[in-house]
Amino acid sequence: MMNLTEKAYQIRQDVLDLIYRGKAGHIGGDFSVCDILVTLYYRIMNVGPDKTEDPDRDRFILSKGHSVESLYCILADRGFFPKEELLGYSQFGSKFIGHPNNKINGIEMNSGSLGHGLPVAVGMALAGKMDGRAYRVYTVMGDGELAEGSVWEGAMAASHYHLDNLTAVVDRNRLQISGSTEDVMHHDDLAARFEAFGWNVIHAPGNDPDALTAAFLEAAETKGLPTVIIANTVKGCGVSFMEDKAVWHHKVPNEQEYEQARRELEERRAFIHGIDCE
Amino acid sequence: MASIANKQVICEVLQEHAASDRDIIVLCSDSRGSASMTPFFEQFPEQSVETGIAEQNLVSIAAGLAACGKKPYVASPACFLSTRSMEQVKVDVAYSHTNVKLVGVSGGVSYGALGMTHHSAQDIATMGSIPGMRVYLPSDRHQTRKLMEALLQDREPAYIRTGRNAVEDVYTEDHVPFEMNKATVLAEGTDLTIIACGEMVAAAKRGAELLAEQGIHARVLDMYCVKPLDTEAVIRAARETGAILTIEEHGPIGGLAGMVAQTAAAACPVRIASMSLPDAPCVAGKSKEIFAYYGLTAEGIVTRARQLLERF
Repeated sequence: MMNLTEKAYQIRQDVLDLIYRGKAGHIGGDFSVCDILVTLYYRIMNVGPDKTEDPDRDRFILSKGHSVESLYCILADRGFFPKEELLGYSQFGSKFIGHPNNKINGIEMNSGSLGHGLPVAVGMALAGKMDGRAYRVYTVMGDGELAEGSVWEGAMAASHYHLDNLTAVVDRNRLQISGSTEDVMHHDDLAARFEAFGWNVIHAPGNDPDALTAAFLEAAETKGLPTVIIANTVKGCGVSFMEDKAVWHHKVPNEQEYEQARRELEERRAFIHGIDCE
Repeated sequence: MASIANKQVICEVLQEHAASDRDIIVLCSDSRGSASMTPFFEQFPEQSVETGIAEQNLVSIAAGLAACGKKPYVASPACFLSTRSMEQVKVDVAYSHTNVKLVGVSGGVSYGALGMTHHSAQDIATMGSIPGMRVYLPSDRHQTRKLMEALLQDREPAYIRTGRNAVEDVYTEDHVPFEMNKATVLAEGTDLTIIACGEMVAAAKRGAELLAEQGIHARVLDMYCVKPLDTEAVIRAARETGAILTIEEHGPIGGLAGMVAQTAAAACPVRIASMSLPDAPCVAGKSKEIFAYYGLTAEGIVTRARQLLERF
């Protein structure tokens, strides 16, 4: 089986290059969400470049759309489009903009404004139930995003309609652009909030693909209600000087920072590869 | 007076098609009664979705359904649908290009005495300003049916505004000239053109009749397609009649008047006057009382048309 932690480090390297070259991006959230997306795209979801029109494919919405660089690198790596296309990222006229754009193969819905993914996912899950299709619907939200009221409108409807084909993930890195999520608008009782809205809640270490895999499988087995996985992550995960620093929400590394980040990511990847080979 | 409101016709048309097209879905936000959609919900419970009083969710869920091949019709009061759900309309419907049809019911000042919160004198402006969103204001029950039949055939987003109550017929059962996205010429004339949409079309038609009695011959256009505006008809009106009077149940900013003026000014500048609700909270009362107060009547049209022509 593929070592997904190693794959996530490969994707982080691609993301670092993309952001450094394009001089734009939200690197902190890209790195915190990376293991979640890798787990979904390489192990959990029934999706692929040959299935983009398949009515039975699983559906995914990146509700925290600003982490699109990780999604782009994963879609390219999975062959949804040629990797060279990413050279246009953030350049004039490119379709590879700073938020998901469904003109790109493999992206279902546009996002970027927060609080949209879950309600749209509710509609997709409802359609699946209406048509008796077995596909599952996934969305990933940021923790800062949960201050949007529309998230809770969606949460209400998901349990009302018993959407057990819907799994939401909260990338709980505890930082947003202004600082700590708990200072900006606290969520420390997040599990209780979702439970009160009628959801099954699973806690998982969010930078551990094997633990996330177990959580996704448990969600798929849970009947009669939707599941939220509160994935406890580290913002900037993988690069020492970026980890747990709000400033790296959307800072672009300079040359020196880029070189150091590259070295660190390569070392961690090599280390994990070494472990895997033993 | 027609026996049923335009919004009821929308429900009827959807009921007629829903049995043979199981992808037709109606969504309401505790608005099935006010949107006249109760018969649909009763006949097709499996094709009905209730979201509760949550208009953001209402539109996003519809977009998700559409992204999976459904044909959702969202029916909710125009006042909420065109403002509370704006960003969902912009991002999840128009920008994501999902086949969602938004039906804003009891639009304009239909809710009369309920006041500013329930008036939607801004929905042409809000919906029309979103790239990819079409805006239709049918004038009577017959045209509403034609419009719905056309919309059922396409896969593009659209906003349809109707009023609350039954309105005077503009057309007859066996005579409803209709071409999608083309204004309907209700009367020919050479002195000026009256361009109206929605419930104001009936007033425009009667106003033209009164003007004719005074020897002024007005062309009347039913511009139910406010966006995409039938620009050819506007330019033809400017060239051939030399003066344009617009009338709409909407505020003066960002509605039919602005779009017509912009079109005519660029192609064939002529004298233009507009009749609308004010750029202020509207007075409360029955909608007909409100129309009378602001001069949005056949008689008001006569006065305004004469002023327009006298200024030459």
